[in-house]
Parts: sequence; structure tokens; C-alpha cells
Amino acid sequence: MAAAKGTIWVVAETNADGSLAKSSTEVATLARTLAEAAGASAAAIVVASDPKAAAAELARYVGRVVAVAEPKAAGHAWAQVAAQRAAAILASETPAAILTGAGPDGRDVAGTLATLLERPVLVNATAVAWKDGGPSVEMSVFGGKLVTTSSLVDGEWGIVTVRPNVVTAEEAGSIGEVEDVASSGDLELPLVKIVDQVSEAAAALPIEEARIIVAGGRGVGGPDGFALVQELADALGGAVGATRAAVDSGWIPYNQQIGQTGKIVKPQLYLALGISGAIQHKVGMQTAGTIVGVNRDPDAPIAEFADLVVVGDLFEVGEALLAELKRR
Amino acid sequence: MPLRIVVLTKPVPDPAAAAERLGADGRLDRAASPAVINGNDEYTLEASLKLVEAHGGEVTLLSMAPASGIETLRKGLAMGAHRGILVTDPALAGSDQWSTVQVLAAALRELEYDLVLAGFDTSDGVGGVVGAAIATMLRLPYLSSAAKIEPDPDACTVRVRRISPTGFDVLEAPMPALIVGTQLLGEPRYPSLKGIMAARSKEVVTKSLADLELDAKAVGGAASRSKVTGTTKPPARGATQVVRGTPEEGAKAIADLLASRRLI
Repeated sequence: MAAAKGTIWVVAETNADGSLAKSSTEVATLARTLAEAAGASAAAIVVASDPKAAAAELARYVGRVVAVAEPKAAGHAWAQVAAQRAAAILASETPAAILTGAGPDGRDVAGTLATLLERPVLVNATAVAWKDGGPSVEMSVFGGKLVTTSSLVDGEWGIVTVRPNVVTAEEAGSIGEVEDVASSGDLELPLVKIVDQVSEAAAALPIEEARIIVAGGRGVGGPDGFALVQELADALGGAVGATRAAVDSGWIPYNQQIGQTGKIVKPQLYLALGISGAIQHKVGMQTAGTIVGVNRDPDAPIAEFADLVVVGDLFEVGEALLAELKRR
Repeated sequence: MPLRIVVLTKPVPDPAAAAERLGADGRLDRAASPAVINGNDEYTLEASLKLVEAHGGEVTLLSMAPASGIETLRKGLAMGAHRGILVTDPALAGSDQWSTVQVLAAALRELEYDLVLAGFDTSDGVGGVVGAAIATMLRLPYLSSAAKIEPDPDACTVRVRRISPTGFDVLEAPMPALIVGTQLLGEPRYPSLKGIMAARSKEVVTKSLADLELDAKAVGGAASRSKVTGTTKPPARGATQVVRGTPEEGAKAIADLLASRRLI
């Protein structure tokens, strides 16, 4: 196997409280695993107004962490600020690859870096291996009907965006070194100001991170119906998800939507209530560990890919399931 | 002040038809599946139509696609866009994200606009990186994950509600700017019969790589920096157990399955 010429880098994301984003723990784990296979090293960059906490966390995953304290990372749209600082560091390194998350911020970082460093991007990886000196990336296409494997052409290195929940985060046995770097030099890209921040729903567990999801569709019938969905989620220790139909009807916020124009999730259990399983929803949840549907219509598409389908009224079955869960 | 908005639209295989397949060359067989406007691009198009209804102005659709992409552009014109630009060239078949960015940026350099709108991602590629890459190339302010777009044409600024994990951030930037929009911009309209008739006579300009002064060796399929090395079927899921009976029987079947898989 060809040894990589340089380092596999991660550009990490932080949560609002300054801690390391869960997706970045996964991406950093992947970078370390790939580096081991490639005979290379793994490193990470974190850019924040105060990167200390996230940098300390990152050092549990990779051997080298560059922490850039950038005051403008707060109060401005973060991704392009972070990408510029990361690009400045990477320009004087010899990266073998750059990994980011495939969520909204990770995509923005990857797209900006692609132009700043003039590099190609392999997107939305569901698995990454190291092969012939570069990343070999699996991605799910055509609504999950096919998995393609892609790589960069000879002599190229590039950026890979990695889907959440496709790697299990695992700390390294040792703690890496943290280099603190003060930001310097102009930011050439236009700054975008944050003029207001609004919190809407109480910040429950982000749905991408939930081990169990109970989701409701059109069949739930209204916001009142989602009370049962919530009760079941609480009983199972899970989060509430929804189809686009339920979101469009205003029964539940968009950040809980699963599917093509919502989130892509991979929980261990997906309990679908009143969800037909149309392709636009299926692409968001078809890789769940166990899929259970409760539906009136035995011929709904969900019966083609669920592990178990209970044919019946979702409220009757849901109430009975609540009772059954309490009894056990 | 009227607004000049360019909406990036990509014709994609209709996800609902589920007829997508790869050709022998490993590229998407675009003839195998009916094409539609990418779903997320319909949201940005709808938002742009509402903005010019409120402020006056013009919506231009910009696509990079095979020649058949003109059909998809007509659907956007039928919704109400004013004109279309189709960048098409045989050399563009098999373009990767890098080439797509170079080509769309070159096409945008020839236009005057206040806003460029792009969808959150495409249903075929699901990359979502092209918008940021183009904004960076053109040094435009970049505002992403937009749930709401509020331009102030007189002040020449735009505000965007950007979806955050806990709610939204209100972003502000000068125009021209590039905005990536989401489903929260609102349900796209259906074309009216009048709109469909009007679309037939709307202007669609076709541009080749030569028209954009781009070298077919530097962009397009020949310049692709990534390659598909293989395809596999995803692992099949097991057989589906179907339970009909009383709600209690159904509930017991679910609880039994969850217990057997240590989920409860």
C-alpha cells in the first residue's frame, strides 16, 4: 500500500456552547483510522472565538490539533471565516485529504475550501477507505437503490464530506498535542454579520443524534396526534421525527423533518406511525437498524422495507404499545 | 428598486419515478429517467418569484445540463421565471463538482444581478457544496440554510434567516449576494395554464463552453478530478413481518421485536 505523502486533516465544528460537535468526533475518528491504514498522521483544525474546549476534546481523537482563536468566528456566519483560517494553515502543509462533516456547516466549509485551495470534493460519504494513496468513498445514490464508490483521479488530493452517524466516534489511547494559533492576516471573503439569534423550540436532542426515533406522518392527523408520538418517544427514550407532510401542515417544526429535503438519520430503531414510506421519506431513514411501521394500509410502501409492519389504527396500537412498554 | 435574481436550477432524475440507472460509462443515464427541476431549487425559485412580485424585477434561471435541459427550464419559466440560460456542451457530460463550479461561475460573471439563489442540495448528488464554492470564487457574501429571504433593495442589503440547531440566526450582508435556500422558503406554485403558454415564448439563451471562453480540456468530463470506481447494491433488508390483529396483539409484536433486539 502506498503511504500517504502528508497528513489527513479534519476541519472541526463546534456547538453553540463551544464544545466539539458530535459529527466532528466521528470525522476525527475516521481521519485517525484512515491515517493508520495509510501510514500517515491525522490532525485537526478548530476555528472559534474560544477554541480551547473543542481543541482539548479533539486531542482525544487525533495526534495534532491546531486551535485558531478567531474573534470574528463569533457574530458572523462561521463557515467561511473558519474555512479561510483553515486554508491559510493547510496551504503551508501537505494534506493527503481534508475531511469535514456533511451537515450544513461542514458543507459550507468544504465548498469554500474547495475554491480557496482549488481542490475537488467527494460528497456525502457513507463509508471511506484508504486505497491506492487516497480516499475511496462510498455514497448512497438514487434514493438508496445503489451505492457508488468514488475516488480522485491519479495525482489529486481533495476534500471529503462525511455523513453523520456513519462512523462510531472512538477516542485514541493517547492525547494529542494542541497548538494555539492567533488569527492573523485579512479575511478576504466578505463577512456576513449575525444581527440576531432566535431560539425556537427547547433544544431537545438533535434528531440526527438520537438512538431511537418515533416519527409521525400525515396519518397522525394533527398537532394533538403528535402528543402520542411524543409519549412513545419518551417511553422509549427517543426523539420525535416527522414526514414533510406533517411539517408542511405545521404540526411539527422543520428541524424534525426526515427525508429528502429534511434530515438523513440512522437510528437503531425507527418507529414510523402513519407513514406510508414514500421514496422522499425513505431516503432519510432507510438505513435505520430496525424499522417498525404502524399503518392502516397493508400495501403502503413501508411494508417493502420495514422489519415489522403492524396493520391498524396508529392511535389504538400506539396506546396499546404505551401500556405494553409500561407493563414490561 | 427592482431586483435581479438568478436562480441556479439543476434538472435531476425524478425521484418519484425511481427509474434512475447508470449507463455503461458509470455516469447517470439521463435518458432513462424523466427529468424534473431539483426539489430544493423549486423552493428558491418560488422565493424569488415572490420577491420580484413584491419588489419588481426579473428572475433568470441558470442551468448547466444536457441540451434536453431546456425542457426542465421551460417548467421553471411556466412557474413565472422571466428567462433562462442553459449552459450545454457535449464536453460537459461527466463533469464533477469542480467543473460545475467553474462553469456556473463563468456564466454568472456575464450577468448582472442582486441575488443568486441555489438550493440546499440536489436530490441526485446530495452534495450541497456548489453554492459555497461559487460564492467564494465570485467573492460574493454567502448566506446559507435560508428559511426566509428579506432584501432591502434601497439599502442594497439582504437579511436571511439561517436555520440553526436551536432556531435561527438572522444574517445580513450587502447585495449582490449568494443565498442557499431550504424547503422553509415555502411550497412552490404549480404552473398555471397561462404560465405554460407564456413559457413557450420566453427567451432561453444557450451557451457553449466556447461562448463562456472556457477550455474543454480544463472543465467537463475530460477534466473530471474524481471517478466512480464501482457500484454495489445496498445490503438487502430482511423479510418484513406483517401483523394484523387487535391493537394489543400489534403492540405485543412490536415490544417482542424490540426486546429481542435489545432496544428496550
